Amino acid sequence: MTAPEPRPRHLSRPIRVLVAKPGLDGHDRGAKVVAAALRDAGMEVVYTGLHQTPEMIASAAVQEDVDVVGLSILSGAHMTLFPRVRQLLEQHGRADVLVTGGGIIPREDMETLEAQGIGRLFGPGTPTTDLIDYIESWAATHIQD
Amino acid sequence: MTDSSRDRELEALRAEVAAWRAHAARLPVRDDSDFTTVSDMEVEPVYSPLDLRPDLWDATRLPGEYPYTRGVHPTMYRGRLWTMRQFAGFGTAEDTNRRYKFLLSRGQTGLSVAFDFPTLMGYDSDHPRSEGEVGKCGVAISSLADMETLFDGIPLDRVSTSMTINGPAAMLFCFYVAAAERQGVSPAQLRGTIQNDILKEYMAQHAWIYPAEPALKVIVDMFEWAAEHTPQWNTISISGYHIREAGATAAQELAFTLANGFCYVQHGVERGLQVDQFAPRLSFFWDIHNDFFEEIAKLRAARRIWARHLRERFGAADPRSWKMRFHCQTAGVTLTAQQPHNNVVRVAYQALAAALGGTQSLHTNAFDETLALPTEESVRIALRTQQVLAYETGIANVADPLGGSYYVEALTDAMEREAEGLFAEIEAQGGVVTAIESGWFQRQIAHSSMRFQSEVEQQRRVIVGVNEFVEEAEAPIEILRVGDEAERAQHERLAALRARRDAARAEQSLEALRAAAAEGRNVMPAMLDCARAYCTLFEIRHVLEKIYGSYREPVFF
Repeated sequence: MTAPEPRPRHLSRPIRVLVAKPGLDGHDRGAKVVAAALRDAGMEVVYTGLHQTPEMIASAAVQEDVDVVGLSILSGAHMTLFPRVRQLLEQHGRADVLVTGGGIIPREDMETLEAQGIGRLFGPGTPTTDLIDYIESWAATHIQD
Repeated sequence: MTDSSRDRELEALRAEVAAWRAHAARLPVRDDSDFTTVSDMEVEPVYSPLDLRPDLWDATRLPGEYPYTRGVHPTMYRGRLWTMRQFAGFGTAEDTNRRYKFLLSRGQTGLSVAFDFPTLMGYDSDHPRSEGEVGKCGVAISSLADMETLFDGIPLDRVSTSMTINGPAAMLFCFYVAAAERQGVSPAQLRGTIQNDILKEYMAQHAWIYPAEPALKVIVDMFEWAAEHTPQWNTISISGYHIREAGATAAQELAFTLANGFCYVQHGVERGLQVDQFAPRLSFFWDIHNDFFEEIAKLRAARRIWARHLRERFGAADPRSWKMRFHCQTAGVTLTAQQPHNNVVRVAYQALAAALGGTQSLHTNAFDETLALPTEESVRIALRTQQVLAYETGIANVADPLGGSYYVEALTDAMEREAEGLFAEIEAQGGVVTAIESGWFQRQIAHSSMRFQSEVEQQRRVIVGVNEFVEEAEAPIEILRVGDEAERAQHERLAALRARRDAARAEQSLEALRAAAAEGRNVMPAMLDCARAYCTLFEIRHVLEKIYGSYREPVFF
């Protein structure tokens, strides 16, 4: 990976991100590439490992006090898993956390999920710089020091 | 030719090549490529007889002759074309049974079962962990009853079937054998392959249940049981596919997969089996990526390395043990979501590489698989791609048509050298199982994957339609949607099964399996009885998990 470019930042601390693999899907290539790219961009990244339930992810997000949860789903179970994680975060009083992610997700499903309050979702072939830009611009308007 | 005249000719050739290189170095080169393979292997601008190894004849020989660099059969596709085997499965057993009948009616010659994630992990469709995933990425099979439905109307003595299942491979194999019995087909008549390769699960695909040692124990149980009862069945398909898809280079795919193969052989030998008793039923599975010659060289090197190690290191005497037979699948990871129709072309080139590399069977991906499971139309195009290749291009007429190509031979040797170097590194890491537990393989693979991603993002590698030749507005294509009906239907089926079956018999079978596992006996006979008694997948998984424990992955990025 190349060295991160210095980016303008309004926060005195790094953005904290939980990268998670929910469900039974074992494809972790994308999750690991994204986790490393976000770390290289200066974010503080926690990766859950595979086969996590939505409950495990929500409680890790609360425990690690993250700003963003990124879910990687290539199993087709996105319509169940994204809303469930979001709902559990709300129950934990953390509706402020951005739930975003990517994987093999048809465009219509992305739109449906975004309408339900999920953040932007990214498909195959997305440059990691797009995710970094998205999270940074979200953070600029949603997180205060 | 006398030695001295040969020396003079070589001398002249060296001078000629050196002069050519000096001239070529002054010529302009394109700046949109760094002239490496997809795996970052440096390649020369041209190859000549100087690049052929001195023992070329011993290393290549003719097809059908040790060390099988040029193919495992003397006449290759003149005798028989590769098997066109499309991996398929979605929804319920009934849904997939219809897809199989469709594929068979369009000229497909073998079946290949894709299971859903719950099945791959050993969960029943009605287990809480299965929620939202039933039938989504494959077919849901929770018991013998589902397996009977899956092959309803398909006589199991007449087709060969491949099953991609690993963590719970023994269970699904027992369901298959029991389903055949219900059709009146004896186990000895069954032909096909079960993937059953747990080592690459820990490395790359991640559908595991038990820790490595008990998982390997059950695999050797299958080798032992199958040698006696299902002699035409391939008990394992040692797979590079998933290692490559997770990001490995071609040489890593080659070396890690072969190292896994040697590990299985070693475990079989340690059980006290004769190597020739089980090695002829070991088969392999390779990924076919974009770099055309690199892939062909990988397949040729794989056959040669396997033959040499089996013969020289493990003392196999039966030529069938030396011959590496394999399936290939075009690389899913090379398909792009952008301009998806371009994938038809990628798949066609990859299929050509697989055939020129001498594969025994082939799956060609459908162009829409980066978006969803394939539609009937996209699967038909994928199958027709193989048929055009086999019947229209003439490539099936001659065995190993690239044998003797300076470049292909040099690349084959380079692959072999790189693999041997990696075998030494694996040994230095403490062997395959230790290097899995420490996360060494996983780190090597992740490192290669990240390097590739950064090369793409820096435009060092062009991917058509993704980082070059991009279309601004793309119209969406029709894709297959798998709804939640399968999950609901499976809940009902399982409830009915549990109510209908002989509960006492199921209970006793599970207890017998527990005892066999606890006492370290071969678990296959007891597991087959569980299948016959309609015990469910998770019930069987659970009994063994209490004895064997669960695998925990080393987490890192």
